[in-house]
Amino acid sequence: MALLQISEPGQSPAPHQQRRAVGIDLGTTNSLVATVRNGVATVLPDAQGRPLLPSIVRYAPDGKIEVGYPAQAHQTEDPKNTIVSVKRFMGRGRKDVPYIENLPYDFADAPGMLQLCTVAGRKSPVEVSAEILKVLRTRAEMSLGGDLSGAVITVPAYFDDAQRQATKDAATLAGINVLRLLNEPTAAAIAYGLENAAEGTYAVFDLGGGTFDISILKLSRGVFEVLATNGNAALGGDDFDQRLMCWALEKANLPPLDARDLRLLHVKAREAKEALTYHGEAPLTARLSSGEFVDLSLSTETFCEITQHLVQKTLGPTRKALRDAGLEPGDIKGVVMVGGATRMPHIQRAAREFFRRDPLNNLDPDKVVALGAAMQANVLAGNQPTGGDWLLLDVIPLSLGVETIGGLVERIIPRNSTIPTARAQEFTTFKDGQTAMSFHVVQGERELVSDCRSLARFELRGIPPMTAGAGRVRVTFQVDADGLLSVAAQEKTTGVEASITVKPSYGLTDSDIERMLRDSFEHARDDMQARVLHESQVDGERLADGVHAALQSDGGLLEAAHRAEIERLLEALRARLGGEDHRAIKQATDALNRATEDFASRRMDANVRKALAGQRIADLER
Amino acid sequence: MQNHFELFGLEPGYALESERLERAYRGIQAKIHPDRYAQAGDAERRASMQWTTRVNEAYRTLKDPVERARYLLELNGVDVAFETNTAMPAEFLGRQLELREDLALAQGEKDAGALGRLRTALRRDKDELMGALAQTLDTRRDYAAAAGLVRKLKFLERFDAEIDAALETMDE
Repeated sequence: MALLQISEPGQSPAPHQQRRAVGIDLGTTNSLVATVRNGVATVLPDAQGRPLLPSIVRYAPDGKIEVGYPAQAHQTEDPKNTIVSVKRFMGRGRKDVPYIENLPYDFADAPGMLQLCTVAGRKSPVEVSAEILKVLRTRAEMSLGGDLSGAVITVPAYFDDAQRQATKDAATLAGINVLRLLNEPTAAAIAYGLENAAEGTYAVFDLGGGTFDISILKLSRGVFEVLATNGNAALGGDDFDQRLMCWALEKANLPPLDARDLRLLHVKAREAKEALTYHGEAPLTARLSSGEFVDLSLSTETFCEITQHLVQKTLGPTRKALRDAGLEPGDIKGVVMVGGATRMPHIQRAAREFFRRDPLNNLDPDKVVALGAAMQANVLAGNQPTGGDWLLLDVIPLSLGVETIGGLVERIIPRNSTIPTARAQEFTTFKDGQTAMSFHVVQGERELVSDCRSLARFELRGIPPMTAGAGRVRVTFQVDADGLLSVAAQEKTTGVEASITVKPSYGLTDSDIERMLRDSFEHARDDMQARVLHESQVDGERLADGVHAALQSDGGLLEAAHRAEIERLLEALRARLGGEDHRAIKQATDALNRATEDFASRRMDANVRKALAGQRIADLER
Repeated sequence: MQNHFELFGLEPGYALESERLERAYRGIQAKIHPDRYAQAGDAERRASMQWTTRVNEAYRTLKDPVERARYLLELNGVDVAFETNTAMPAEFLGRQLELREDLALAQGEKDAGALGRLRTALRRDKDELMGALAQTLDTRRDYAAAAGLVRKLKFLERFDAEIDAALETMDE
């Protein structure tokens, strides 16, 4: 331990003022949590010094929930209650999961998202993921010595709205304040770009346990601009294991296996695959429950041959991403390899041949995403000294639209739009006296609604009766900085305004989440009240600090009376913060928020002007 | 409300320095992006999202050759009428027909090379049109003529997208 810390005055806030912020890589196979300490991003290990947490959750018969290595130890003996690769089920229905017949679980279909039947009852993938996140949160809080102020959680860039929302719900359930959902390849680009002071156009090739992403980014003077992203949210190392398992079943001439033997063979297939990264040949042996002994040998050549079609599947999205960015392979300055599955030699070869350059492997492919997320969390938490920060400009991966006549999709926001973004479209009534209009929101690139992901259905009622075509409904899609969609519809031809705003949710309603939260607190014997109070205090303090700073720097933008009103409400909030009444705190916070809306908008306007003034000077100096 | 050009401190015009636009865009984003307000109150976070959304929309419009022209014409009170005005000179249509036949042929034979050549030819046509647009919009200020050129350019963009789609089906 350091006895003496030397830091330059004014360089960064003193450690006690630093907010505890972490980056979490919630992976298909492994999950990690990282933070920035003394300016350096580091992965936080568990008490045994292990950095990775296997993304495995077991619901044990005695009611205990095991996560990580303890769960892994039971995966072959108790496969139905030991959930591996739960990420592949996030925001997914049964029909969306490939090889579902090879999986040892009892699935239940629920609206929007499948569920798993365990000894502990039916579990949503969101709840299973929350168990993993809780362990990481506890690990971080022990290591950092207090409550987390927030976390950046990474998601595959090609995750759709359903999968992103499910991830955010899992974090909420785990009691984590989500600072941002960050795309995994973008997180890797931050870590790589800052470490190597990279400038130019880079590709991030990210093949994880269950997902594939390819992102094209332009790195220039502290700005990370995603030009295009593409991928396959159901392609990863798991599929190579599956293929290998099927090969073994065939080779050893095995009858259909039970859940335990399937899991055992899956584990053995993965081990053989991993061994091939370093050896030309690997054994694949297993003693089945029937007593039968599987004894196979796998060569690199065979492995490449039987999985070549999976390698090929990465190239289509790669070409599309380049085309969307308007670039050729030769325009790419470097190809950053991310994800454990990029260790496979034929993946390396495919990337090398496609881009005609050696891929960059100088960062640990398992850790780089968590490290980048930690760096971004540090910036978002406001821990970075001014001037030492950077800017991310990310995109949505898949187009958003609504269903129109004939089951066709009308695209409203095209893929690769920089977020946050909003677009509006007008629809007219088609029947005389029509008083309601229904909408079906979808995501995807195909022309038919049935080939796209259904995100939400809603109805706008209360349209005043008019002749057909006279009623005009404006539908606005807004995608926020997390890549999450909200949709608003409004009829505006008459004085009467009918409007609605929906946030798509996938089988989970707010009350579902609340119930799950309550359940989890009962288990943990935690105090829900205490948490609500704590959250309202954190929110209130954040707002009070922010408004105070805004008044100091930009108070001149306000008329005297308006300023006095804001100051009065600020004092009122501060007076409440010390108390125990979370409702009073929330009310005071809301009041100050409302009163500062116009001020906030003026400050943005002033900021734009300031930026332009700076630009003009820079242009003159050129 | 400022127009998109004013937002970035640029003179309105078709021929614009893309580097200056990009610098202004990034300069503004650095000040208003939601990542700068992650710790702020609701009001400021909302204002940041609204402004960033607006700046992204303006940037997207000005960066895109068709959208920029359409927007300039709109500022000058001229509606391009992509949907309703589909009349094209016979010579232009003839050339388009030829290009589409080439596309169908290349697609049928799964000839990525031929598609690439087709695209190179198309890009040349587009560059020519953009040069003419700059002349017509910025120097001659003949908005009616410009509207005709924008419709042609939009036509070529659609064709470009069709080449993309053809290449995509080959990837699958």
